[in-house]
Amino acid sequence: MTFLFYIFAALALVGGIGVVVNKNPVSSAFAMIVSFLGLAALFIQLDAYLVGILQILVYAGAIMVLFLFIIMLLDVEVEEKRAHPFIASLGAAGIAGGVTLLVITVLKRSGIGDASFPKLSPVEGSGNTDVHRIGELLFGQYWFPVLIVAVLLLVATVGAVVLSKKQLR
Amino acid sequence: MDTALTLNHFLFVSGVLFAIGLAGVLIRRNLIVIFMCLELMLAAANLTLVAFSRFNVQDGQPAYEGHVLLFFIITVAAAEVAVGLAIIVALFRSRETTDVTKINSMKF
Repeated sequence: MTFLFYIFAALALVGGIGVVVNKNPVSSAFAMIVSFLGLAALFIQLDAYLVGILQILVYAGAIMVLFLFIIMLLDVEVEEKRAHPFIASLGAAGIAGGVTLLVITVLKRSGIGDASFPKLSPVEGSGNTDVHRIGELLFGQYWFPVLIVAVLLLVATVGAVVLSKKQLR
Repeated sequence: MDTALTLNHFLFVSGVLFAIGLAGVLIRRNLIVIFMCLELMLAAANLTLVAFSRFNVQDGQPAYEGHVLLFFIITVAAAEVAVGLAIIVALFRSRETTDVTKINSMKF
């Protein structure tokens, strides 16, 4: 189990580095799919089955297909020569490294994450899967945010249609 | 779920993935790739949510509130991608480029 964690964490991180390093946007998109698959595996390792499947369906499936579609529609050119001087890229990498160091320091100092995960005690009978519980929360306690999100999706659809019209006034 | 794994393992992966996304936003010049790196940062935050949700066990069950929040994050990210890519297409129509260094004036 632990070595599976390392494999999928490496998959997620290598995919993420691939997104940044690849010059061709299509290669970046495929590296992103690899990264999301690794992340979905990590979710499933955390007993979050619904979220892992959602990650694959929505992110690796729908969103990345949308990205690839737009890349092909726009016929994006490969970034050949770098516009920034090398030192600027180095500075950005330094900022990212600083964030990583910050994360490591906070994790070491706080000590909150040193404990291992507590054991789950699954309740017998149907209706105790995570899908069931999340559904209960979504349509019970959190019904109003679900309504707001429905309106948000409608607004996003209308906005996308309006923005893609030829004549923008 | 193996007990040898600690919360720190997952938080570390999440933090490093976030840093990679941040570096991508700062380094890359292609608008679409910058947008993909933003999505990577959102996904990294999702991993933190799920890890804490699994860590915070109530009555032998994970705290599913974290999963609910993640559901909303995924929905908002999907809406954001739809609108953002439409904006990129509109921008490409008027400027013929997706290079952020060439999009440097408000009026064209």
